[in-house]
Amino acid sequence: MYGKGLRALSISTVAAMTVALGLVFFYAPLEAEQGFLQKIFYVHVPLAIVSLCGFVIGGLLAIQHLRTRDSRWDMRSYVVIHMSLIFALATLITGSIWAKGSWGHWWVWNEPTLVSYLIIFLLYATYQPLRFAIEDPERQARYASVFAITAGAFVPMNFIAVRLSTAYLHPRVLGSTSNLPGSMALTFLVSFGAISLLFATLCKYELTAKHTRSQIRALRRRLAGEPARAPRGRSAAPSPAPTTLAPAGRPAS
Amino acid sequence: MSPVADAPPRLAGEREQTQARRQLGTWRTVGAILRKELLVELRTLESVPAMTLFSLTTFVVFHFALNRSSVEGDLGAGILWVTLLFASILGVNRLFVADAEEGGFDGFLLAPVDRSAMLIAKALTLAAYLVALEIVALPAFSLLLLGTPLGPALPGLLLTLVLADLGVAVIGTLIAAMAVRTRARDLLGPLLALPLFVPIVIGAARATAPLLSDSHPTWPAARWLGTLGLYDLLFGLIAYALFDFLLED
Repeated sequence: MYGKGLRALSISTVAAMTVALGLVFFYAPLEAEQGFLQKIFYVHVPLAIVSLCGFVIGGLLAIQHLRTRDSRWDMRSYVVIHMSLIFALATLITGSIWAKGSWGHWWVWNEPTLVSYLIIFLLYATYQPLRFAIEDPERQARYASVFAITAGAFVPMNFIAVRLSTAYLHPRVLGSTSNLPGSMALTFLVSFGAISLLFATLCKYELTAKHTRSQIRALRRRLAGEPARAPRGRSAAPSPAPTTLAPAGRPAS
Repeated sequence: MSPVADAPPRLAGEREQTQARRQLGTWRTVGAILRKELLVELRTLESVPAMTLFSLTTFVVFHFALNRSSVEGDLGAGILWVTLLFASILGVNRLFVADAEEGGFDGFLLAPVDRSAMLIAKALTLAAYLVALEIVALPAFSLLLLGTPLGPALPGLLLTLVLADLGVAVIGTLIAAMAVRTRARDLLGPLLALPLFVPIVIGAARATAPLLSDSHPTWPAARWLGTLGLYDLLFGLIAYALFDFLLED
């Protein structure tokens, strides 16, 4: 059930990534000032936008969890935030490389986007420890959702506050797609689509893997004649309830 | 025990409860909890003395760490706000400990009252702690470290303090309620709270810096006060919407 469409999604992600990288390296023109280095823009900015959106989506999924009390929404929220955290780390690293190349420093405090990212990253880095520190699964899901909503609302507020705090903004070479030449804009949009697809695919893989693992565990326990729902150990990840088991009395095939 | 046979009395009970809830009134509940909190604090003297002592020690530490006998401008504002925030973290960590350990949560949940009253009362308690902290810390800062006179800057500084205190109180209460029932509560509280405090530091420190500068102490810039006020308002709404979910069970 969870693995449905995974193959098509994976193939289209690989294809989109290939096309995007091809465009980045062979089609997009060299930028006059920064030269080859500017090409990191096609990876860095989509990563940043996707992880930001991921954090906000994680908050929206958490709202859905608190409204419906369905643990599947918590699961989705967890997976999306988990993936966004990884993407945010990649954003920080690529941003640092770009900063080193164009401004000569690994870290630049007056680039508001980098600084906001660091703060948001530090906040979300406590998401897993928070989950890990609560044993009761129901309360863990509830508290994690409260955190996800708070942090999701914090993301745009933090960006505004940090942006206000920088007295002058760096000349934003490529602030929006509107002032890009056509070939660059096309490359950017394609790589943005590719990275969004990558995000979706990875989320789906994680969801499927978690679901499959819990189903296998339930089946194993059933073979051993134990109750289907295992006693929970300490875990930061929500465990999905096994849903598609054969009804009791018949052997599960 | 069929749910159908069970339903009418339970419904009636619930109706009575909601009526009682309305009758009691949120603000009376807030007053009662606030009174209880301040009374407990006055009798045990657990949080406020620790917070003030911590702030004084931190000023001394800053004096030696920076090797300066007086500071002003943005350095002074930074020291003041870092000290106040770290001292407030001590209060945040202790805010719900008594409720979690001595069954205060259970008692509150059994009472037919609005649950948001707990948020408002606890945030007011924390704000009162912060005011008590600042009554000691601000003169001490002026005496020990500040190179410029505090007097002319005082009205603007007080307004900034009030706005920042509100934000710290609301965020601190939400985080404290979240962290208190986790295993590593003393570790998680500060980790969760500090990133959320960053916009407050930005607004408060930028607003305070010109007030503490040598040249001309003026009124803080409206944009920083606006940032602080907006942040307080938004986080107040978020905390109000989410706090109930932290209290179920």
